[in-house]
Amino acid sequence: MPELEITKIQELIYELRVGDVMHKDVVTVMPSTPVSKLREVLRDNRISGTPVVENGRLVGIISVEDFIKWLGEGSPGCAVADRMTRNVIAVCADEPLIQAVNKLERLGFGRLPVLKRGTEEVVGILTKGDSIAGLLKKLDVDYRQAETRHARSSHIFEDIVADRSSLIFEYDVAGGGDVERAGASASGLKTSLMRLGINPQTVRRAAIATYEAEMNLMFFTNGGLITAIIESNSIRLEVTDDGPGIENVDQAMRPGFSTAPDWVRELGFGAGMGLHNIKTCADRMRLDSTVGVGTHLEVEILVGGKREVIRDHATVTA
Amino acid sequence: MKLKDVCKILEAESAWEADWTPSATREVTSCQASDLISDILSFRGPDSLLLTGLTNVQVIRVAELLDFVAICFVRGKRPEPEAVKLAEDKDIPLFATPLLMYEACGRLYAARLPAGTKKEASPIA
Repeated sequence: MPELEITKIQELIYELRVGDVMHKDVVTVMPSTPVSKLREVLRDNRISGTPVVENGRLVGIISVEDFIKWLGEGSPGCAVADRMTRNVIAVCADEPLIQAVNKLERLGFGRLPVLKRGTEEVVGILTKGDSIAGLLKKLDVDYRQAETRHARSSHIFEDIVADRSSLIFEYDVAGGGDVERAGASASGLKTSLMRLGINPQTVRRAAIATYEAEMNLMFFTNGGLITAIIESNSIRLEVTDDGPGIENVDQAMRPGFSTAPDWVRELGFGAGMGLHNIKTCADRMRLDSTVGVGTHLEVEILVGGKREVIRDHATVTA
Repeated sequence: MKLKDVCKILEAESAWEADWTPSATREVTSCQASDLISDILSFRGPDSLLLTGLTNVQVIRVAELLDFVAICFVRGKRPEPEAVKLAEDKDIPLFATPLLMYEACGRLYAARLPAGTKKEASPIA
């Protein structure tokens, strides 16, 4: 396990670009700035060096060491241009962070100006502190994902050799208004999908659709079954019950339409948005219902690809 | 904005005896306010604070499903025991403010805490 962790951190260092961690609000001085003014610039901004820029182009760099040297010489009246380092070593924003960190280390510099590739335009400044902070932040973000990997189920579809494979989860939902327990299916599905390593936004959509369907079963039926069929590129939800059925499916789909009784409304439900919410979470939705027989709802959510675009055009057939 | 700053603005305290100190530094990036479950479910974006007058167990459920950072009950309402149990289980901090919904929202908005987006941003490929 330790080996895996190290690989992950190494991966991160290579993945991160200078532009991801650099300071974007760069304080610069002009070549004509008097060296005597430098103290305020460095002190007020709490920095130890700054790029020298003329007409948008990087022409040098000046640091607190240069300033101290100037002080030691009895602070003669001169401009930044006379004291700055002219052959500046810079890095590009799209360079891997690891290269820039190596450069800082090798050259013993405290900071490197960051240029837009192919130009002399300063877009940021990189210090060792920035690099460390950037890495820590990235590590934190990745922590959740790493946790998912520990569940050891995220690669299941890659590990299975088959033309098609699917995982099926079934959830029994009690009917008759059992408010305390309702929601457990959506919660269980969410946890399971996270463990499969599915992107959290997609997981939330599946969880919301499941939750709304679950509430419909709980409030309006004697119970039913939610089946989630998970394949490598889609999550399909099937919700079935055996009554009472929906009289007018078109009407039920309309935002704001609700048949919920008062006690349901008092709990915060009954806004008439349930089916509509399911629709906005789905890439495809199908609702069949026969009064006295039951209702069958199918929801498909695509995993991966440009699903966010597709989602707004969810097709609903009834 | 940190959760502790939000609590200060709202004059909120823990909604039951639990100590939420470890969660005080959690980042809150937006806020959502509603007393309708389905409205809450149409909100998107993690790291949101939920302001609500609903105190039943289902509010905790939706907060869990949508990855809310914390819930703050308005008008000094306290959560039901079942809700507390689930929140503890799912590590969702619960707070209570004596303010009414309108003022709670107003104070946070004035402190530049934005509304959550209605749609999720496209995931990074």
